[in-house]
Formats: sequence, C-alpha cells, structure tokens
Amino acid sequence: MAEIKVDRDKCNGCGRCIKLCPFGQIKLVDRLATIGPGCTMCGVCREACLARAISIVKKELHTENFLNYQGVWVYIEQQQGRIKSVSLELLNKAKELTQKLNQELAAVYLGNESSKILDQLLSLEIHKIYLVENEFLNRYTTDAYTQILVSLVNQYKPNILLIGATNTGRDLAPRVAARLQVGLTADCTDLDITKEGYLLQTRPAFGGNIMAQILCKYTRPQMATVRPNVFKKSIPSSITRSPEIVKVKAKISPWSIRTKIIEEVKEIDEVINLEEAHIIVSAGRGLNSPENLYLVRDLAKVLGAAVGGSRAIIDAGWLPHHQQVGQSGKTVAPELYIACGISGAIQHLVGMRTSKRIIAINKDPEAPIFKIATLGIVGDLFKVIPLLIEDLKRIKNE
Amino acid sequence: MRIVICIKQVPEISEVMIDEKTHTLRREGVPSIINPFDENAVEEGLRIKEKYSADLIVLTMGPPQAEEALRRCLAMGADEAILISDRIFAGSDTLATAYTLSLVIGKLNPDLIICGKQAIDGDTAQVGPELAEHLGIPQITYVKKVEIDPKENKIILHRETDQGYEIIQCRLPALITVLKVLNEPRYPSIKGMLMARKKKIKIIQAKDLEIDPTRLGADGSPTQVVHIFTPEVQSSGRIIKLEVKDSCREIIKYLQQEKII
Repeated sequence: MAEIKVDRDKCNGCGRCIKLCPFGQIKLVDRLATIGPGCTMCGVCREACLARAISIVKKELHTENFLNYQGVWVYIEQQQGRIKSVSLELLNKAKELTQKLNQELAAVYLGNESSKILDQLLSLEIHKIYLVENEFLNRYTTDAYTQILVSLVNQYKPNILLIGATNTGRDLAPRVAARLQVGLTADCTDLDITKEGYLLQTRPAFGGNIMAQILCKYTRPQMATVRPNVFKKSIPSSITRSPEIVKVKAKISPWSIRTKIIEEVKEIDEVINLEEAHIIVSAGRGLNSPENLYLVRDLAKVLGAAVGGSRAIIDAGWLPHHQQVGQSGKTVAPELYIACGISGAIQHLVGMRTSKRIIAINKDPEAPIFKIATLGIVGDLFKVIPLLIEDLKRIKNE
Repeated sequence: MRIVICIKQVPEISEVMIDEKTHTLRREGVPSIINPFDENAVEEGLRIKEKYSADLIVLTMGPPQAEEALRRCLAMGADEAILISDRIFAGSDTLATAYTLSLVIGKLNPDLIICGKQAIDGDTAQVGPELAEHLGIPQITYVKKVEIDPKENKIILHRETDQGYEIIQCRLPALITVLKVLNEPRYPSIKGMLMARKKKIKIIQAKDLEIDPTRLGADGSPTQVVHIFTPEVQSSGRIIKLEVKDSCREIIKYLQQEKII
C-alpha cells in the first residue's frame, strides 16, 4: 500500500504544508506535521516542504518491456470534412516529441468518407496514417469508436496516444483508457519528453490555481487529452514526405452500438465557434443583466468576432455552456480578446491568457484581468462600448 | 427503478485561492462543498424519482468527513447513502477510482447512474466514462436534458456537442454525466435535514469487497503527479483611465496599430 511519510528528523514544524494542503488534511502535533485520513497524496505538501521532510512511497510496479510500444499517435477529429484545429495543433507538438524520442509520428483517422481528410493529412509532415473506414463510423458513437481505437492500439502498439480535449475527445479517451487499463491525463496544456523518455504532461488543477506535472511510467500507451489552442498548428510542408497509409479493415456490428443518435441540432448561433475565432468579445458579470448582452453582441458583430462569457454569467444562464471561456469551459487563444466587465478570476484567465492581445474594459482598477491585459481601460463599459461601436462603424464606412 | 448518483466532496475553488505574495495555494477558510455538477445529478435523480418512483442511492468515495456531503444529499431527498472509505483507496487516480466504484455499484444493479460532468478540483471528467466501461454499460456524457421512457426501459437525452447538441436514445442500464444547465438543484428542507440526521450511512471498506489490491489507491494508479507549481501571470500591458471619448480613441489607435482594423 502506498504511503505518505513525514520524516521526524527533518520536519521543523514550520507549518508551510498546513497552509498549502488543498484538502486541509495536515495538522501540527508536537511540532510535527501529521497527515489526516483525507489525504489524497496529491503531492502539494511534498513540493512545498523546504526541509524535504515529506515523501510519498509508492510500490514500484514491475515495468514490462515497453520497447515494442513505438511512435506517437494523434487522433484526428474532423468537423464537416475539415480536420479540427486541435488535431493540427497536436500533430505539430507531436512532431517535436517524436524528434526527441526518435520515433515515428502517426495520424489516426476513423470515419466514413475519408478522401477530404486524407488530402489534408498528405500535405503534413507525418510518417504514417492509420485509416479505418466503415459506414458505422459515419458519426461519432462512444461504442464504435472505442472498439476500433482499442483494437488499433492493441495491434500496432503506440508509445503515446494524444487526443484533443473536445467534448468528443473527452468522451472517447477515458473509455479507451479504461478498456486498455492504462493511465490517462486530462486536459493537458503542455507536453514534453523527460530525460528518461517518459511523456511529461502538464495540466491545470484546482480551478487553474496550480499546475500539476504527471508521468505515466507503468502503462502503455501513455495517453493524454490536450486542450485546444495551446499549441501552434501544423502547417502544410513543402517537403513532401508522402506518409505511408495503413488501411485497416474494421468489422462493426450495429448491435454493438448501444446509443442511437436521433437528431443533430446545430446551435452555434453566435456566428463563429469560439475555439476557431480570431477575435473574441467576452462578457462578464459587469454587464449586470442578460438584457445588456446586446452591447457585447453588437461589438462582436462590427469586429466580426465570436461572443464568449465568464463562468458567472454562464452559470446564471445568460449564455449557453459552449460559449464559456475558462477552466471549466473553452481554452481560447485568439488574435484579440476583449474582456467586457470580467474581473478575471484565475479560472477565467486559464482559458484565455495565451490570447495574443487582450483588451480589458472594467470599472474596477484593481480587477485581476488588468494584470494580463495588453491594453486596460478603466471605465464604465456602458459608456465606452456604445461609443466604441459607433467609432468602429464610422471607420468601416470610411 | 434504481438510480445511483456518484458525488464528490471538493474544496470550494474560489478566486482567492492563490496567495498574491507567496504565489501559493491558500487553503485556510476554504470550505468543503458537494461538487456543483453533482448537485445537478442528485436533483435530476430526485426529479425522476418523483415522476416515476425510484430508489435513489447516493455514493461517494472519500475520507470519513465526506459523510457530510452525503448527509446533504439525504436531506435533499435521497433514500440511501454509501461511503466508500479506506486508507488503501488514498491517492487513487481516475482509473483506480472508477475500478473501486464499479465493484460497489455493480452489486447494486442500478438502471441508471448519474454523475456530474466533472469535479471542480481535478476537472478531469474521466471517472464517469471509466466507470461505465468497468461496468460494461453505455455512457452519454455532457447531458443537458433527460427524458425517461420507463415502459420501453429507455432514456432520451440531449447531449451537448461542440456545435450544438444531439438527441440520443439509449436502453437502460446506462451512465450519464450532466451539465449545470440541466436543472436547478433544490435546497434541503428542514424536515429533510432532520430526517437525514437519523439515517444511517453505509460505510464500505476494502475488506468488504472482492478486490484486486494491486488496482487500488496510489499503487493501482498509473498516473503519478511528479511536480506541482503555480502558474505565472505575465503582465506588461498599459492601463489607462481616461474620459470615455479618449478611452475609445486609445482602443481604436491600438486596433489600428496592431492592424486589427
């Protein structure tokens, strides 16, 4: 059984770990840090201890010979015949990982009509494309996609499998990981390879307040879902490598698909999908009521921007969930992000701080959003935004 | 019909969790709550129970103090509560958690399992699907509307997708994970709270289960946290406080200079 230990000789009773424990599980007993039963072994205290008195002892598992697990795979997700941005971002990052590992980069595509997707993949620097075509893969279903991806992994044994942290990716990846009984790290914002050759996965936790780095030493493939918009996209290359196409035949029984999609409803009415938008105008609690959202919508319209919102207003039902920017919503990195009446709680900042330019409009000069804004306007948004819309319209017409 | 709701007790993540000076996590005074999405799961279970009559069991895996969260669910109207608690479960990642939960839930033979979309401390959204896989039942994630057809033993769900939503039909048993927009969780009534205080919470330990100990807790968790740090907040911007007209002029100037317009 795994154990967390405090070294009596090293602990000086400074209490630093007590303050930092996210679960409030540490107490001082006779000037010795004592760990309570609710400890989750998250490791925050071990990192925090200046005296290096805290250790977590895990039973060392015997590592199989993982040498037959080779290559980095990127799961390709499509939308209306186009490869999703997140998959292209992953291909780009994966290229860097394969160079460090000296292994092959492969794209994995499951679907029905694949010619359009294949055309796009052929112009990228990839070694291999695993392609599974089947009429039952026409639309995403958990059952069919899990079955096929698991059998591909079992047959071809990748070292690393990366999947975009979209609604689909976050439905598929845990199901696949559980069937393979391997580890999975959710929603990564960075990936690297350690000296020992492991995949180092960085992800935010506790609402973005801390970042955790995670390894998965004992199971293969090393699996992660990765947030959209954290890496640069892979672009078509002039050096044509002409990737090897591995077509895999799949047998899918319709009875094995236990969910039936009756209807698909498109609802992205706010013009542009947030994750793909070049400009985003976002609304926060500072707008006071949903009736005032027209300000943000009008500003977005004249700029050709998408509309987003903070958790506070999505929780209040002003906008649908797919428009939420932040830790529990979307991660975005547009050319320009305009935050209107958003104070900038850390969980919001996590979702937009990599935006290229950030304009913040807020009446509170102390609002944390100003710390990351490239241009901060301290002022009344009810006065600034209407005038700004007017000015922009005039410039457009000139 | 039998419904099992999985909940988690989490620290309330607030805007003040980072100490501005030391850039470290500040835990003092941060209360424990039921994970918000799980409250929606409980509420949905209660609504189904009220409409079709069902047996509602809430379940959590956690330290002994998680009992408090279960009591609140009982006060809301759940029939039974189960706490899976043992030192050996500490340090479980999502795979080990889902495995442990599946051993308990499998024996309960539920028709429907409802989980919140994700927990606000870990934000993985993995335990629901991994649990469904361990139980061998279908999953529907990101659900924002639930309809039950008890005669046909079916559920019809609205599942949020990246472009809108899809309407999905599925036979029971199944596991769903739910969004906030699904419903508005109720507050426990005084009567409910009094009743909840009297109810017994069933505690399950490792010895009560037929388990493979190598798949439990930190030892059974393939993922391993090796380092933790606080994210840096970059700053280099220009903050201005001017008359409205001049503020607008500054914004326009900036947009032109950056070639946005």
